[in-house]
Formats: sequence, C-alpha cells, structure tokens
Amino acid sequence: MRQTAEAESQGSQPALILVIEDELQILRFLRAALTSHGFRYVEATTGEEGLRQAATRAPDLIVLDLGLPDQDGLEVTRRLREWSAVPIVVLSARGKERDKITALDAGADDYVTKPFAIGELMARLRAALRHGARAGQDPGEETLEVGNLRMDRVRRLVFRDGAEVRLTPIEYKLLVALAKYPGRVLTHAQLLRQVWGPGYARQTHYLRVYMAQLRHKLEVDPARPRYLITEPGVGYRLREE
Amino acid sequence: MRDPKRDPEAILTQLRQAQERESQGKFKIFFGAAAGVGKTYAMLVEAHDRKRAGVDIVVGVAETHGRAETAALLEGLETLPLREVEYRGTRLSEFDLDAALARKPKLLLLDELAHTNAPGSRHAKRWQDIEELLAAGIDVYTTLNVQHVESLWDAVAEITGVLVRETVPDSMIDRADEIKIVDLPPDDLLQRLREGKVYIAPQIERAMENFFRKDKLIALRELALRRTAERVDAQMEPYRRAQERHRAPSGGRLLVCIGSPATAPRLVRAARRMASSLKVPWTALYVQRQGRSQGAQKDEEYLSDVLSFAEELGADAVVLSGLRISDEILAYAREHNVSRIVIGKPSRPRWQEILFGSLANSLIRESREMDVYVIRGDVGDEHDTPKSIPNERPRGATYIRSLVTVGVCSLVAWFMKPYFDLSNLIMVYLLGVMLVAVSLGRGPAILASVLSVFAFDFFFVPPFFTFGVSDTQYLVTFSVMLAAALVISTMAARLRTQTQAARDRERRTAALYKLSRDLAGRQNVDELLSTAVETVQDIFSSRVVILLPDTNSRVGVRAGDESLLGPGGHDHGVAQWVFDRGEPAGLGTQTLPAAQALFIPLKGSRGAAGVLGVRPASVRALLRPDQFRLLETCASQTALALERAELAAQAERSRIQIEAERLRNTLLSSVSHDLRTPLAGITGAASSLLEGDDKLPPETRRELVESIGEEAARLNRLVGNLLDMTRLESGELKVQKEWHSLEEVIGAALERLGPRLDGRSIEVTLPDELGLVPLDDVLIEQVMFNLVENALKYTPAGSPIEIRAESAPGEVWVEVADRGPGIPPGEEQRVFEKFYRFREANRPGGIGLGLTIARGIAEAHGGQMTAGNRPDGGARFRFSLPVEGEPPRLEPEVKQAEADIPRGADAADGRG
Repeated sequence: MRQTAEAESQGSQPALILVIEDELQILRFLRAALTSHGFRYVEATTGEEGLRQAATRAPDLIVLDLGLPDQDGLEVTRRLREWSAVPIVVLSARGKERDKITALDAGADDYVTKPFAIGELMARLRAALRHGARAGQDPGEETLEVGNLRMDRVRRLVFRDGAEVRLTPIEYKLLVALAKYPGRVLTHAQLLRQVWGPGYARQTHYLRVYMAQLRHKLEVDPARPRYLITEPGVGYRLREE
Repeated sequence: MRDPKRDPEAILTQLRQAQERESQGKFKIFFGAAAGVGKTYAMLVEAHDRKRAGVDIVVGVAETHGRAETAALLEGLETLPLREVEYRGTRLSEFDLDAALARKPKLLLLDELAHTNAPGSRHAKRWQDIEELLAAGIDVYTTLNVQHVESLWDAVAEITGVLVRETVPDSMIDRADEIKIVDLPPDDLLQRLREGKVYIAPQIERAMENFFRKDKLIALRELALRRTAERVDAQMEPYRRAQERHRAPSGGRLLVCIGSPATAPRLVRAARRMASSLKVPWTALYVQRQGRSQGAQKDEEYLSDVLSFAEELGADAVVLSGLRISDEILAYAREHNVSRIVIGKPSRPRWQEILFGSLANSLIRESREMDVYVIRGDVGDEHDTPKSIPNERPRGATYIRSLVTVGVCSLVAWFMKPYFDLSNLIMVYLLGVMLVAVSLGRGPAILASVLSVFAFDFFFVPPFFTFGVSDTQYLVTFSVMLAAALVISTMAARLRTQTQAARDRERRTAALYKLSRDLAGRQNVDELLSTAVETVQDIFSSRVVILLPDTNSRVGVRAGDESLLGPGGHDHGVAQWVFDRGEPAGLGTQTLPAAQALFIPLKGSRGAAGVLGVRPASVRALLRPDQFRLLETCASQTALALERAELAAQAERSRIQIEAERLRNTLLSSVSHDLRTPLAGITGAASSLLEGDDKLPPETRRELVESIGEEAARLNRLVGNLLDMTRLESGELKVQKEWHSLEEVIGAALERLGPRLDGRSIEVTLPDELGLVPLDDVLIEQVMFNLVENALKYTPAGSPIEIRAESAPGEVWVEVADRGPGIPPGEEQRVFEKFYRFREANRPGGIGLGLTIARGIAEAHGGQMTAGNRPDGGARFRFSLPVEGEPPRLEPEVKQAEADIPRGADAADGRG
C-alpha cells in the first residue's frame, strides 16, 4: 500500500509519531488514523510527559497541541528545539494566527487548524517527514519538481508544463525558497529573511507584490491558485499535488 | 369655614409632625426671668438625676461663671472639650458641634440658648446648633432668660430700657418638649446679687444696674411666667380641641400690614403675640405701592428683612403690589379668610390724610366683617429710618425742557393771537402742560403750569407785559391748569410704574416659562443643567453653580461657575450640608453666612436632587420673599427636570435590557436549533453505524459517514460564526491593516471554501491598476468567505458567481454578485440583521450571522456594505474599503531583469 511506503520513509522502520495532546477524543482518532496509515505511535497527555517521551523514544515526528493543560505548547516547542531537530507539526484553532506564527518562528515545521480532516493532517505529516529526512543533508538538489513546475537550480530556469517561464531574480529566489519545503507553510518573516535578507523581515508588502507577480506567471487563474497558496495572517505554502 | 379638625391635610400634617418628633431628640429649656436665678444650677442638678438613672450624658457647654457650687456639679459628668477658634488675633472657645454629633450622647447639656457663635462656626446662633443636634436624635437641655425671647424683645426693652442683641425665635421655644421655669423671688435675687453670686460681664455692668431693680425684676418675672403659661396653653390646645370638637372654631387668620419701616418690627412682634394668644395663623403683608417704587430701594431691602423676620416668627410673608393699598389688603384678606387686620397708627400729617385719604380710615370703613386693630408704631429702634424718600430724582434737563415747551407754546400763541380768542390761546398752554406732564413727570409739569399762567398773564392778558391780573377769572385758569398738570403727571407716573412692574413680572414669568419649557425638551442631564444655569443667571443677574450628588451622596460641581465654591472649593462643605439637610445655607442666611454664595437644595418629589449655588449682585434683593420664592421655584423646576431625566434614563436602560433580553432569547432559540440539527444528524448517523455494524451495505455506510462529515463541517462553521460575532460585538476584534493584494485575499477565501465551489463558475475580475489595498487579511478573507458562502447558499447549484473590484477615489469597492432569486424588495437592510434568514429558505446552513459579521468587519475597516439586486437578475453585495495614504514603495529590482521579462505577455499567457 501507498501509505505503508510513506510510513517507511526512513529506512525500513515505519516512522514513529509522538502525539502530545490532552483531548482524549482527539487522541483516540489520531491513534486509529496513524496506526491504520502504518505509522508507529506513542502518545503523551502533558507537555512534561511529551518532552520526556521525545527524549527517551526519539520519535521521527511530533504532533503537538498548542493548548496543553500544564504548559504552553509554544514553550514545549522551544524546549524541544534546544536539543532536537525533530519535525514538529502543531495543532491550533482558527483565529489564533498569532500563535501559529509564533510556533513556526519558534521552530515548528507546520501547523494544522482544528478541526481538520485526517487527509489534511497526513499531507502535512508527509511533507514534514520528508524535510526531517533531508535534515542535515545538502538541500541543494539540481532540480526541484512540484506538480507540473520544474526548477533547474543550476541554470536558474523555471518550467511550467515543460515551457520556460521567465522570472526576475527575486521571483526566482522566492519560488525556490518555497519549493525547498513543498507542502510546508513558511511564515512571512522566514520568506523575507531568506529572499531579501534579515533587514526585511517586516516588509511584508514586498512579499505580497512578488507573490502576485509569481502567481500571474505561474498560475492559470491567479485568483484561484493551484500552487502558491496563501495562509491568511501566517504565510505561504507551495502545494504539492 | 373649614373645621381644622376635619381637614385631612391638617391631620396628616399633625401625624407627620408627631412622627418627626419621635425620631428627633427631646428638647428641654430651663427658663428664667433674669440672670442669676440658678438656671445652670438647676440644669446640672437634673442632669445628675438623669445620670443616676443611667442616661448617657455629655456636657457641651456649662457656664459656671466661677461659682463654686455650680462648678462642683460638673464633677462626675463627661465634658466635651471646646473648640479653639482664632478670630482677629484673639482666641475664642466655642462649642464643638461636630464633636458632639460624633460623640452622639443620649443627652447633651448646652447652656445659653441665646448665645451667638464665634465667627466661622457652621451656624450663626447656638439655637441652630441645637436644631441640628435634635435632628440627629440627641436630647438637649439648655437655659434661657426671658429677655432673649424674640417676641418679647420690645416688651423687655420697654421695661428695662436695655436693648438685647441676642434673641431666640419663638418657634424654638414652642418646639421645646418641656420648659422648666427656674424661679426666684426678686428679693432673693437682689440678695444674691449683693452677695456677688450673680455673674455680670464687666462691660455691661452699668446697664445692668438699671436692670436689677425690684420693679423691673417683678415685671420680667411676670413676663417669663406669662410666656410659660402661654406655652402650656399651646400644649393644651390639641387636647382641648379634641374635646371641643363640635364647637365652631374661632377661625380666621390674622393679617398684619407692614408699611412704614419705622413701625414694621414692632407691628410684627405685636401681631405674633396677638396671633399666639388668639391661636390663629397669621400673615405679614407688604403692599408695594405702584408709582412709588423708584428711589425706595433702601426701604424695600429693609422691609424684606422685616418680612423674613416675620417668617422666622411663624408668619407667612406675602408681598403684593397695587395702586390702592387698602384695596389690595382687603382683597387679600377676603380671599384668605382673614378675620383680623393689624395696622400701624398713621404717621402722616393730617393735611395729607385729608388730601389723599388715610389707610386706616379706608380699611375701617371697607373691612365690613373684619376687625381692624390699629397699633402704636412710633417706638424708635436701632434701625435709623429715612424720614422721607424722594419719589423720583428729576434731573435739571427735564425742567429746562419744560421751560422750552412753555416758550414754544407762548410763541405759537403769539402768532395765533390776531386770529383767535383768548380762551383758545389758553388751550395751547394746556396742551403744553399736558405734554410735559405725560413725558417729564410731576415736578416739570407743575413748573410748566405755573410758567404758563405767568406767560399767559404777561403776554396776552391786558395790561400786556405786566403780571397784574385785572380779572379774577384768570385765577380759575391758573387752578385748572395746575390741577390738570398734577392729575395728568400723577397718572402718567403711575402708568409708567405699572408698565415697569408689569414688564418685570412679565420678564420673570417669561423666564420661568422658558425655563420649564427648555427643561422639558432636555433629556440629557448636562444640557438640562446648563439650561437651568443660564436661566437662573438671566433672571437674577447672578453667577450660578449646580452640584449633583454621586453614588455616595457626595455633591460635586456639574454645571456653572465653580469659583462660587470659593478658593480651592472651600465652600464645598456648605453645599454638602445643604444637600444633606435639604435647607438653604450660605450667603445671606443664618447658616454658614460666610460662604461665597447662597446655596439652596434642588428639592424634587424624592428629596434633594442636588444643590443650586447663587451669588447675586445684591444679596438682599434675592432674599426678598418674592424673589426667593422665584429662586426656589427655579430650583424645584430644575429638580423635577432632573428627576424626569433620571426616570427617562431608567426607562431607556430597561428598554435596552428588554431588547437585549429579546435578542438573547432569539439567539438561544436560534443557536439551540442550529446546533442541535447537525448534532442530531451526527448522533443518528454514528449510532446507525454502531448498531448496524456489518449488516449495513457498504454504500449506506459510506453515506452515513459522509453525512457525519458534512454535519460536523456545518457545526464548525456555526461555531466559527458565533465566535466571530462575539468577538465583533465585544470589541475584541482589532483591525490590523497592512497593504495587501486583494487578489490574494480573495484567493485564500476561495481556497478555504474548497470543494464546496465544485461545479460553480467563479469569475474574478480585478482591474490591472489595482495595487495593494490597506486591509486586515484575516478579516477580509472572512468577509469574502461569508459573502461567497451566502451566494452559494441562496442560489441554485451550478449558477455562476462573480467577484469584482473597482477603484474609486479614496476607496475600493468589492462586489460579490450571483444569479439567484435576488433579495426580496424592502429586505435590503434587513439581510444584515442578526439571525436574519430568507423566509422561504429552509436550506441547511447558516445561522443568519454571516452577513452581519461581514458588514461588521467592513465597518470596522471604515467602509460600508450594501445589498441589492442586479438589474438583470441576482443579488449583489458590495462593500467599500477606504484607501488612505500611499502604498509603500518597493526598491526597484535590477532594471535589466524587469526589461527582460515582459510581464503583460506572461500574465496573458497565464490566463489563457
């Protein structure tokens, strides 16, 4: 099965997922969904327990609820990042965009908004696991491919459906920054730092103008983008299909 | 005639008074004929008796005057420390009212009822302190000598020849629960005096020599006994009335007419004595003679004092104005059931009486069933009174004009002389005199008439150019002319005065009318207060301040001139006192007279609503009873308006409360319905799955699972809407505007709607020149989401939806249009109301909040949202976003790169 193949992305062992969540209902269906998708599964209901499990079990990925009873999920993220590069996907409610950005900037890899469908969660986990697998390697592959987009990083060329699309240097850098982590959300600040440099972290209008330009060059209908997805208040993601 | 016993008002008043007395302290006076009879001693002895009976007693003030036996009695009694007052360099010890109120004993001893407090005390007089103590429920014992009784003031002065300065109003004596007479036969008293047991202040020693003579002491003793007897009589009265219920009441009111300032105080005192011995109510009346009011200012101020004095003695004070004093008096008397009229003896010379009539005579003649008492009124008292008051101070100019008029008349007559008879020439002069009389007043008119006679005689009567009169008939001419001058000038003067008086009254009535009308139109308390302040300022030409209480009943300035409270709000305490007690105080009153302004309570139907402070140009004019009453009327008008405003505010509050309640009920029923429906779906589907287990065919299982998913999504949307609405309404929602691309925000909303858009054509048209727009992306994404969702909900599946934006100066309009049935006419506004749903709509979905939230967000951005129908069918929702300021500038990218990539071609390519 396809799922099993995904779960075994790291060697032959199925990936181990640590779920830190206090809601028993959510734990129950996550347990069911993750095991049925072929993942190994371990759970914790408090932040402290989660940190302990993360240290002792060395999971391949952590699903972390931001609203824990004993401590703030953000705090857990920060403490994990002190010693571990394990991918973290946080669960958060809608309307808490500030929390999501903080979590992402604190080192979380992605987020899923509650309530979520299991398909959406799996997509995020897959993307995050892939980056985790690449962590420590040279990310500079010669070509990146997302859907029918192809980026030739040696010649700095972009092709859509095989035809070249001419981009300005900044548009190109922006697209590559997104394509390096396909499927994963990148905050405004992260993108601005990568493309323009650390001094531009708050100049979000640069990002908006260039994202609009990119969409007009890459999307069939820029008002209903297929690839360059906006996460209002948080950032952007390049959707893989 | 009304029987006072059957008058329900009177019974109620009695009951109320009885109740008030219950809550008040008991008041006992130790009453003596002269100093040295042993009042203080008697008071202290009784205090010891009461103390032995276990009563909590404190001595406020007890004057021992160095007598050892009295001082000895102070031992064993708690004594309140005196307050030290610094006054013009000397230190005075004064009774400490606040300490007494704070200590609140059952019984307080306070010697010398007639005492005048040191300057700067709260009250001018000790008896006012006692009133406050009694009101606080403290029993008071005090002492009083007969010469200090207000109504006996002149009687004492007559007996002893000593003018007593400190007096106590009779009302204070009448309200005593008990009067104990401390009596000592004159011989014993004189004996004590010789033994040096009577204290006399050194500065009045000489006067007192005259005082302590046997005959005078006997007279004083008699006075004291009689006054006490009178009081006992008054106490007996209710019992007697109860017993003699069926006897016709003696009835009738006593009216004392005050005229000349010289006799007024004496008349008032006499009337009080009469009224109290006859046991009838009494009224002090002053009739302002029209045509005489100018120049009598000083007089009137003095009379206003007398009227307030009469009020203190228990009279009703009334001021009327009229042409004939006797007519006014009699009219008032008939209207008010007066049976006795008291007037002063005429003081005018006999010839004036013959010429102008006498008040006494006309009253006696016309009073019919009433008795008229004429009382001697020539006793001199401390007030020096002006002997005659000039009527009108004519200026020299008027006399010159009178002279000129006669000259003109002479000239006219001179020219007429050849053609007309002499008698016609006289008419010319008569006309001149009349004109002068009407326009210039009496003096010039008399001058004109005399001059006319002389001129006529000189120029026209033979022998010409001499003053010789050969014919006696010209004497008649002279008399007629003089008489005409007098009559006309008097009438004209009266007319002028009447007009002036009418104008004054008119002005006051108009002001009062304006006040009540203006107040009626005001619901806002601040507006209402400023109206009141302006009007009172106008009427009394004074500075005005209004204080209102806060929730702790502490008054504070709400309108008007704060400086009336004195430097640093010094007189705030006075205003507070007025509010607490509901009585006037401050400037011109007996209480705290050192204040900058007169403070009167704003008395409404539920007690004092606030305090009105007034600082008039002339304090006395304001304290005249009619003016003061006008001021009180203004105050009560204001108080009623305040109460009305308060009631209106209460009504408004409860209306809002009801509205909120109604909304909450709608919300509850709507929410419970909308939440339960998807829950029912989920529960039903889940339980079917559980129980059906393997027996269900796979397609049915799938349907049930899908239904669970759909219903959960619906529930999620409902909860999201409710949360958004709550945030919007609680003001928690903060708009954080940044420069955004509208296309991106629309794209995000469409992305979130996801599969729900399947099978729909969504056409997004944005002008190329539309740059970045300042908006909150999260919120506007929600607006777009809600508008598109609304369109999805109310249009048939598969029908297209169009999203358009256009730039206008200073704003951007965004529009979501559909091809559905449109909005029912007249509902264009209602669609934005909370919980609004199309009547025929029974589709699954909204709770009727989506559009409300969308509009709320648009408005929070400073824009607006409208709903309407498209001319060619379908609904259209539009909202505007204001665009202020310049969008941020971007550093241009490398020029070459821009030129390298023809953007337009790419975009066209992208859309193809």
